Amino acid sequence: MRTSVSTERDAATAVHDQVVEAGDGALVAVPAGGELRIVDLRGNQAVDTLLYDAQDIANRYSAFDTVREQRAVYLTAGSRLLSTRCDELAVISADTCGRHDTIGGACSQESNVIRYGEHTRHQHACRQTFLRYGAAAGIGQRELGHNINFFMNVPVAPDGGLHFADGLSAPGKYVQLRASRDILVLISNCPQLNNPCNGWDPTPVRLLGWWSP
Amino acid sequence: MGYAHEIPGGAAWSAVVRAGRRVTLTARGDDANLSLLLFGQDFGARLDRLNIPDTLKAQMSGCIRPPMVLMSDRGQALASVTASTLDWHDALTGFGHEFHLERFGPSSYATDRNEWRRAARTGLVSELTKHGLSEVDLHGCVNVFTKIAISDSTVLGDTAGLAFVPQHGRAGDTFTLRTEQDLLLVASNTPHPMNPGRWAPAAVLVEVGIADPPALSISDDPSALFRDESARALEETRKALL
Repeated sequence: MRTSVSTERDAATAVHDQVVEAGDGALVAVPAGGELRIVDLRGNQAVDTLLYDAQDIANRYSAFDTVREQRAVYLTAGSRLLSTRCDELAVISADTCGRHDTIGGACSQESNVIRYGEHTRHQHACRQTFLRYGAAAGIGQRELGHNINFFMNVPVAPDGGLHFADGLSAPGKYVQLRASRDILVLISNCPQLNNPCNGWDPTPVRLLGWWSP
Repeated sequence: MGYAHEIPGGAAWSAVVRAGRRVTLTARGDDANLSLLLFGQDFGARLDRLNIPDTLKAQMSGCIRPPMVLMSDRGQALASVTASTLDWHDALTGFGHEFHLERFGPSSYATDRNEWRRAARTGLVSELTKHGLSEVDLHGCVNVFTKIAISDSTVLGDTAGLAFVPQHGRAGDTFTLRTEQDLLLVASNTPHPMNPGRWAPAAVLVEVGIADPPALSISDDPSALFRDESARALEETRKALL
């Protein structure tokens, strides 16, 4: 059983404090050494997340380089989040949930059509949120890599099976990143209504940041 | 009709292949590993990339195997895996970097000529650049012929450990795709970075011919019948090609 790793950071001392409503997004610049906490306020809420080297957005989070180098599928406290050049962008410095997905990708209108049918084409999806909030930093379609899904549970089996399951998270659970260099954190608070990744009811999350302004 | 090309062990390769072609890859030795990237041609834009997470979650699989459909960022079928002698091709562990080759010692063109050891990533970026693309266009690949075993993650708290399976792929193993639209294929034929063995890259033979039966023309196609999700991806491509 993986143990929960918490920290003593006090929300009252945070320099960044933001609630991201259900289905909304955020782009947060975190300087090297800074810490960003994502709090699952009501539980079972997937938070789709991409990381970029703030000095060079071509050097972006790489799910499969991260998975290979840590020799494990799920992310948890201590996981080094690597870039497409295998540079360390951040480390998960605290995690009271236990584990997080990074192979399930983000929802899009197009993948919703494949998974659930044509009637879902015009439902809101993470890819739009990524493109909307990424634009300010020059992040467009080519810069969208495969993301992290904090608080999402996608069990993979030794026989190669994979499915989406109810989350392991609960109200107040959090995960915290410590930036290893200046990074941009691009977040989509997932609006998916068609599977249990958000407990069938997307809810807000809170971002808390600690760094020297 | 058709052609064959052998990709030497350690080399990279790219090619444009039109819709409705059969592409058969054959390992010429044990533990071959062809890291494969795919782009929809998209009227020359080549921005609609293979999306491994979408491909896996839509078809409830942690690996690539027949008769799965390989899907793009824009929710189209790029290619269908019509046949393979293996039931597992890795798609979770990406491709190797130069630092993975350090254990084999220094290598350069000056000392090794065309036996110069270069990482998969280096070869893939080289091929992408020839087509006007760059490292920005790298994405999750299929590691054809490779199995990375996944430990039992149904146990709460397990993080699903990964381990290379030696000799999963043997000389003579095959992997066959049917292209569902015009594609750019970009590949590196380099030992998997988790392969602990000595440097012994096996060649891979590529054979390209007309798919039989052609894509999207029959109702009893195993890929279209595999899952509703697979059929819907094929339908999206049919609409795009209309």
